[in-house]
Amino acid sequence: MIGITAYGAYIPYHRLSRKAIAEATGETALPGQRAVAGPDEDSVTMAVEAARDALGGQRGDGLDAVYLATTTAPYREKQAAATVAAALGVRPSVRAAAFSGSLQAGASALLAAVDAVRAGSAGSVLVAVADLRPAAPQGPLESIVGDGAAAFLVGSGPGVLATLEAAHSVTADLVGQWRGAQDPFVRSWEERFVVSEGYGALVREVLIGLRERTGLGPADFARVILHPLHPRHHAALAAGLGFRPEQVQDPLFAAVGLAGAAAAPLMLAAALAQARPGDRLLYVSYGDGADALVFRVTEAASQFRPRRGVAGWLEVGREGLTYMRYLRWRGLVPAEPGRRPARPRPSAPALWRRRAKNLALTGSRCTACGTPQFPPQRVCVHCQAVDHMEPYRFADRPARLVTFTADHLAAAVDPPTLLGAIDFEGGGRMLVELTDCMANELHVGMPVEMTFRRLYEAEGIQNYFWKARPVRTAGEGE
Amino acid sequence: MAQGIRDRVAIVGMGCTRFGELWDKGPEDLLVEAVTEALADAGIGPEKVDAYWLGTLSSGNSGLTLSVPLKTRYKPVTRVENFCATGSEAFRNAAYAVAAGVYDVVVAVGVEKLKDSGYSGLVANLDAADRTGPNLTAPAAFALLAPAYFAKYGLDPRHGKEVLARIAWKNHKNGALNPRAQYQKEVPMDVILKAPMVAEPLGVYDCSGVADGAAAAVIVRAEDARRFRPDPVYVKAMAVAAGPGHGGLHQDYDFTTIRENVHAAQEAYRQAGITDPRRQLDLAEVHDCFTPTELILYEDLGFSERGKGWQDALSGVFDLGGELPVNPDGGLKSFGHPVGASGLRMMYEVYLQLQGRAGERQIPGARLGLTHNLGGLPWQSVAFVSILGREPGAP
Repeated sequence: MIGITAYGAYIPYHRLSRKAIAEATGETALPGQRAVAGPDEDSVTMAVEAARDALGGQRGDGLDAVYLATTTAPYREKQAAATVAAALGVRPSVRAAAFSGSLQAGASALLAAVDAVRAGSAGSVLVAVADLRPAAPQGPLESIVGDGAAAFLVGSGPGVLATLEAAHSVTADLVGQWRGAQDPFVRSWEERFVVSEGYGALVREVLIGLRERTGLGPADFARVILHPLHPRHHAALAAGLGFRPEQVQDPLFAAVGLAGAAAAPLMLAAALAQARPGDRLLYVSYGDGADALVFRVTEAASQFRPRRGVAGWLEVGREGLTYMRYLRWRGLVPAEPGRRPARPRPSAPALWRRRAKNLALTGSRCTACGTPQFPPQRVCVHCQAVDHMEPYRFADRPARLVTFTADHLAAAVDPPTLLGAIDFEGGGRMLVELTDCMANELHVGMPVEMTFRRLYEAEGIQNYFWKARPVRTAGEGE
Repeated sequence: MAQGIRDRVAIVGMGCTRFGELWDKGPEDLLVEAVTEALADAGIGPEKVDAYWLGTLSSGNSGLTLSVPLKTRYKPVTRVENFCATGSEAFRNAAYAVAAGVYDVVVAVGVEKLKDSGYSGLVANLDAADRTGPNLTAPAAFALLAPAYFAKYGLDPRHGKEVLARIAWKNHKNGALNPRAQYQKEVPMDVILKAPMVAEPLGVYDCSGVADGAAAAVIVRAEDARRFRPDPVYVKAMAVAAGPGHGGLHQDYDFTTIRENVHAAQEAYRQAGITDPRRQLDLAEVHDCFTPTELILYEDLGFSERGKGWQDALSGVFDLGGELPVNPDGGLKSFGHPVGASGLRMMYEVYLQLQGRAGERQIPGARLGLTHNLGGLPWQSVAFVSILGREPGAP
């Protein structure tokens, strides 16, 4: 039995209403809102958050491979999956690989993960899919896309929640949507061509192939997770393929927007949370071809819940982001530089020797007196013992805000910079930036949790680190 | 027990430039002015000086920063740096060289030219090479003291903000009497309270003045002092504490104190034989880089009981006419804070007050004064405390 053993999701806190976009652009508003990654987020940080949601607070030291699927990797050359792996605290002997360049990348990574487990080359593979599709300001795609991530653990044995029963793929070299090496935004051919010859035709073809191979047709599936190209075509295509409306998994257009390569994976994560043992789920990707994956939900599925999952993240978002602020976050409007010197690029040797601290948020714990401390120390702050330290990971430990400020002087994409001192449950103190909150929400004693973020970019180097954010519960969002 | 420095050295001359946005002056001009004034005040020429200690954070490297503009003719010049406590550190090392008997006459000078940078505030980058420290400015670091103090002692944030404003108001009022201060005017409470935010809850008036300036002192052995002038000022104590970074690492630090202050003050009080600083001291010049720093200093230095500093601030204990005037010259807030010069500027005020030369802001009969100079961040800092007295012998 091989398949998905855990799943998780991530949807950014900030939501931009389509009405706000329409008011700024003068176009007619589509309904709902789209999720917007903060200025300190990218596909890597969102993938890490989704993976942590799936891992449920456990570090990733049981993983044999980490696959990242995205069309928006932060580097053209440099393995973003390695950053995800490091943030999860994996063992060094892990295979990291990226699946990129196509909206199908998530399905490709899932199939490769299943193949690796079936071949016996890996016992447990993390597949994280994240996207932050670049849409031109005031273009039609801007309102439709959204940002998000999903993650799946693929493995074998009794812990499998959804077995991969069958799969079928077709590949087609059709110029439908593309982004050239120098293009800042996604481009698209005439929509009628893309829908009729691309999306509609290829999805139909892959399902015919699947039926020929397995005999499974629309009536055999509890749910169909159909990659959404556009909200307008989604329901029509599903109906045309013979699915009843109640079989069709919500493409999350109203609340999230279509999250590129992560759109169908997010739907799969949502479907798994609602599925009953015995259900068959049909997952259909679309990109440069199409994949059809058939999952059979097991008894174990009812035993697993992601830490938040799609539903959990949807409950805590904040609407009210302005269009101007969104443009500034994306670097789409020129902004006056901060009245402070630019931060220099981080030193590569320093990043390397402190990688456990920066990426895995590993500090140290004194074996003489037991005091956890961050950043890692050689001499204990409590008892002065020298070199009696063991690694101690803080990333998944709850914390409380000791004191705080909102710094209006520091140069930032989105001032003021919020920062404070936090105390971790079980010991340990950290001075840290705060994110996904407003200055007037902060108070002494407030519960916070750690989140993996991008501090800044200099000379093409992304400086990833951790920030703290308020622990939010359902109903608190606006 | 170490002997300490009590009554072993004395100050016989001091100089201090005007502090402020001195667009037409470079660090070399400031150094020439401060040292020339200090030597004239001591009644000596440069040929009498055996050695110099120069303190600057970032306005020059090496002793050449001083020896070239002053043409000091192959005399030893040592450049020292200890963040915002740099000026005091120059003074301390110079004084020790005299106490050791190595030299007869030395000059300590501190200088900073901040207003050439083009940025407001300090731009010193304290971040490690991996650049993952919080994107932190100095006002933000010291702003962290405020919510913690308010929460611990039950002040609602609006009331707390008024306490901070009262401290700024006092220092501006004092600075208005000081012809060398950067800001020589009083600022009404409501203006302070409504000023634009810098690092919440600190507004513009909660922050010290970013200034250029220099200050200098001529130091000799105590037994030689009266050969230079009839009213030398004696060094009763000096202490420096460099912290282990405890507050950034350990949960038992609560952001309502700066531990280095307490350590430095206790050691200085021991050296000087002070047991009740609020009663025994006649004035204190303290490091009010931001208003919450001065608030917690009242308690760290033993002027107020823990948790009572805010009440003492409101009731005027530390006003110019109060029980223990703090920052009679306007402090960093109003006199300005050219980093390397500030520690010596504090001594300059105490020196004038003990000699009865402080003009309109003179504290009658001042005999004993304290300076407190602080570098770094609340959770990891270097703190300096000195006690200066008018007479040799017991306080």
